[in-house]
Amino acid sequence: MSTSEPFTIEQFYKFLKQQKLMAGRCLKCGKIHLPPRPLCDNCFSQNFEWINVSGKGKLLTYTVISVAPQQFQALTPYAVGIVQLENGLKIPGMIQSLKQEQLRIGMELTFDFGTCSTTQAWPQWQRYCFKQ
Amino acid sequence: MSLNGKPLVSIISAGMSKFGKHDGLLAREIFSEAAHEAFSRCPKLDPRSNIKALFIGHMGEAYEHQGHMGAAAADWAGLTGIPATRTESACASSGAALRAGIYATMSGLADVVMVGGVEKMTHRTTTEVTEYLAMASDYPFEQWHGITFPALFAMMATAHMHEYKTTEQQMALVAVKNHYHGSLNPKAHMQKEISLENVLTSRYVSWPLKLYDCSLITDGASCIILSKPELAHKYSDNPVHIIGSGQASDSIGLYERKSLTSLNATKLAVKTAYEMANAKPEDINLAEVHDCFTIAELMAYEDLDFCSKGKSGALIESGETRLGGRIPVNTSGGLKAKGHPVGATGTAQAYEMYLQLTEQAGKRQVKNAKMGLTHNVGGSGATAAVHIYRREN
Repeated sequence: MSTSEPFTIEQFYKFLKQQKLMAGRCLKCGKIHLPPRPLCDNCFSQNFEWINVSGKGKLLTYTVISVAPQQFQALTPYAVGIVQLENGLKIPGMIQSLKQEQLRIGMELTFDFGTCSTTQAWPQWQRYCFKQ
Repeated sequence: MSLNGKPLVSIISAGMSKFGKHDGLLAREIFSEAAHEAFSRCPKLDPRSNIKALFIGHMGEAYEHQGHMGAAAADWAGLTGIPATRTESACASSGAALRAGIYATMSGLADVVMVGGVEKMTHRTTTEVTEYLAMASDYPFEQWHGITFPALFAMMATAHMHEYKTTEQQMALVAVKNHYHGSLNPKAHMQKEISLENVLTSRYVSWPLKLYDCSLITDGASCIILSKPELAHKYSDNPVHIIGSGQASDSIGLYERKSLTSLNATKLAVKTAYEMANAKPEDINLAEVHDCFTIAELMAYEDLDFCSKGKSGALIESGETRLGGRIPVNTSGGLKAKGHPVGATGTAQAYEMYLQLTEQAGKRQVKNAKMGLTHNVGGSGATAAVHIYRREN
């Protein structure tokens, strides 16, 4: 896989725009980083490669938010959680279209690439989410 | 480093503003109230010539459009000229200031140091405060996706309930206890007792956490004055000694942590502090722990080894952490009832410990307390600072 793109959070989100869920794998010790990072926190190497990650995972924990910052207030109540993907990596995000009674720790969820509708200069990151 | 319980530094004085709503005052003005109390309690100290440095915890520039709080606080405390530095570690900002003060004193660069903290929050709307507090969490994966600060602790609560059968009622008991303690503290933001029903019927902020599971948005300031132990009696007849200090960090994002039901930074910090103090959890007579949410106090019981993993629900039910119990926790009312002006919280915990260990805590005095512990957490647990205190005799 490619090693030319920088191993940054910005690049992670650029890949999401291309419908790719990518992580960085350290070429020295093999540790996989999601989000990617430019310095391996295990062996301090700066050499990585990009790998494709499966978007299937299980819900580790969740909450349903009723009080939110201004920009999210219109969405309340909305669910968020932390999902553990098939390769063991964990990633948080919103959970679409499920009510609190339908949420269960351990339930299977799938990564959805979402959209980026922001007009602000920075950041312009995809608002991905999880779906059943 | 084990110092076998020898003092690292001594607290020769302490001050705290009333916690609550201070309309029309700026943070620096509230800090001057805390500084004035500390100076008044210590007549043998000449603040201007004796205090050699100031470290002040302050979390957010956004509240007052004011950064650089080190210099501003020194200025309004009448201490302009000394090195004055702001420490920022989110809600553990003044726990980190205390730690920095210990570094400075033990290094020999300063023999008397003031450490404190301040935050002015109540002039902002709840929506604004929610956004500012969230800045202590990870931006690209937590804040960006609408994950609020209460949501992070709510996710820990959900995991704790799932794994250990902890209940919303057990969490509610933390709020009831701390509001009872707050009713005995004339400086607390909330001085009224609440019932279990009040908590359980309050509206959800982030399920399973309800309004009464959350700490308060509060204005306030606190400070303590530290000296080298050998100088303590020059300034005070009744110093309190800090005999253990631990501070640790963890990943900024909750999602990267190994456990969702404990804070590893707390476990690392308390291990260091217990070793340094040559103390065991059984030696601790009282504690001020970081109850930003009720679940955080329950997790603290476990992480500080006041009970075994998963047994914090049973511990709060037993009443042992209530005033009069085996190990009273948050006799000040805690963040829950005394209030949580984030930057001021760490040294407000130290202020309570100073009062308790010098028998000045009034109606909430813990009898015969010899050793106490404070536990200050930043963000969702990416920072923790733990200190252990011993009375003079």
